Amino acid sequence: MLLIGYGNPGRGDDGLGQALAARIEAACLPGVQVLADYQLTVDHAPPVAAADRVVFADALMKSDAPFEFDPVTARDTGDLTSHSLRPGAVLSLAETLFGATPRAWVLGITGTGFGEVKEGLSPDALGNLDRAEGFIRKWIVNTA
Amino acid sequence: MAEPRLIEISPVTRVEGHGKVTIHLDAEGQVDEARLHIVEFRGFERFIRGRLLWEVPVIVQRLCGICPVSHHLAAAKAMDQIVGVDELPPTAEKMRRLMHYGQVMQSHVLHFFHLAAPDLLFGFGAPADRRNIFEVLRQEPELGRRAILMRKFGQEIIEATAGKKVHGTGAIPGGINRNLSLETRDGFLARIDEMQDWALDAVALARDYTMSHATLVDSFAAFPSSYMSLVRGGDGALDLYHGNLRALDASGSTIFDQLDYTRYMDVLVEDVRPWSYMKFPYIRDIGAQTGWYRVGPLARMNTVGFIDTPLANAARTELLAGDGEGLNHAILGNHWARMVEVLHCVEKIRELLHDPDLQGTDLKATGERRQSGIGVIEAPRGNLIHHYEVDENDQVTYCNLIVSTTHNNEGLNRAVRDVAVKQLSGQAQITEGMLNHIEVAIRAYDPCLSCATHALGQMPLQVELYDAGGGLLDARNTSG
Repeated sequence: MLLIGYGNPGRGDDGLGQALAARIEAACLPGVQVLADYQLTVDHAPPVAAADRVVFADALMKSDAPFEFDPVTARDTGDLTSHSLRPGAVLSLAETLFGATPRAWVLGITGTGFGEVKEGLSPDALGNLDRAEGFIRKWIVNTA
Repeated sequence: MAEPRLIEISPVTRVEGHGKVTIHLDAEGQVDEARLHIVEFRGFERFIRGRLLWEVPVIVQRLCGICPVSHHLAAAKAMDQIVGVDELPPTAEKMRRLMHYGQVMQSHVLHFFHLAAPDLLFGFGAPADRRNIFEVLRQEPELGRRAILMRKFGQEIIEATAGKKVHGTGAIPGGINRNLSLETRDGFLARIDEMQDWALDAVALARDYTMSHATLVDSFAAFPSSYMSLVRGGDGALDLYHGNLRALDASGSTIFDQLDYTRYMDVLVEDVRPWSYMKFPYIRDIGAQTGWYRVGPLARMNTVGFIDTPLANAARTELLAGDGEGLNHAILGNHWARMVEVLHCVEKIRELLHDPDLQGTDLKATGERRQSGIGVIEAPRGNLIHHYEVDENDQVTYCNLIVSTTHNNEGLNRAVRDVAVKQLSGQAQITEGMLNHIEVAIRAYDPCLSCATHALGQMPLQVELYDAGGGLLDARNTSG
């Protein structure tokens, strides 16, 4: 299984995805590969193609829930308008280029502070990160 | 008589950052004015004040998620001067160079294959739902696979030299904080032949496109201008990491040459216009009206005397051959020039990997502390200037950045106007395909509007069409 945590830690709660990746990596869970990056790019297609299951962990804005966990499938609709991609687009690249169709989910962790150029998570985001970490660790074990 | 109109393209797509194009049509439907507006502002030069000098090479990478290495190295070069180091230990300079060649390689590959290829393969006016990377991959899957693996190679070079693929910490004031292990070196050497073969194929692809579309290339936003870049000290060869400034006018005559880049303020002036957050630099001695110039891959092909790697030098000779003794002014030639530089980077990476200095342990020099420092580098998109002053507490008190896209501001605006006049003047109906021609002209520069305005984020483009009375008639948001 592959977990990719992405976002910009220099923009407050946008760093939630990378923060989760750091915690999961530190846990050294068997069979789990962890990547952390600022954004999803074409570079992630090969490791996604090599995985059987993929979790994309990102910060989530404007949600009442501490986190949301939903399946995602390959699709082209997230056009490559810049240098960053959406999870569905990365999955589409993995399928088109490498013939791989891993099962995939998006774990969105709710943040509240995105506006400032600063490092560190808000108290609300830290609480949501704790709950998301607890959930995903159980999910990894239960679905292995 | 019809009413004059204004077209607005916003946001521009397949470039980095946020931009907007406005096109004013007069009552006869002729283009009256066309501009590229930069609509975001972050003020990074203010934000960096108060930071400690050793933090700067790391923090400035926040300017950009796509070519942070360029900012990392330009800032590190400036900080070298502040810590009194004019010459790095060989291991430090070669590790930095290796990092930079990896950066230029991966950036150019991404732009050519993923951002520009849809336009080149399917045509500028092709239906919008075809002009995307996924359609390219469906038709040319091997091309797409190579592009990803070439970019991956460049990213891994960055990771090995900077510590991380994005926002690394390798370059420090006065040196570097790591060398290259033999195991890592051998891993790269095992793939370098394949990279070179693919780079040669990429050059051939770009060359064949350019030659088979000669009429289009020669007329599409092709206009003469001056050019500026670093060139290697002494012999004037292409040098992406270090050198002196050279500027040539449109006829190829020298404006200035082998100028120490710490004197950039003697020759360049940054003009401000009220409708854009991006400044308009020009060459002081020529003046604001005609002193504008361009930078970037094609500019470098024009300014340098030669390339010191044989395959890339032969490719450059071919690129310039069609223009006799003159310079190449066709902006679509930038795509070919990028692939020549990819080939050059691969050749330089190979050369460095065989150099035992990369395993050296003398990583950092020291010197007598100075108050200010200026670092200049040739980033993937062109010349990049970082200028800092630091107080006795090691805190930054002044910062001035001139990024590649800012150097190209006037050229970008002229390209927009040139294409708008040719595509839109006198047309009864404005189509999406016509507007994409304008975006193609902007993309040829591979602009990073995020860097140019020092703003975070993507750069979708917006185009708006207005009548002579200022009424918005049509708008297109291309953010997807």
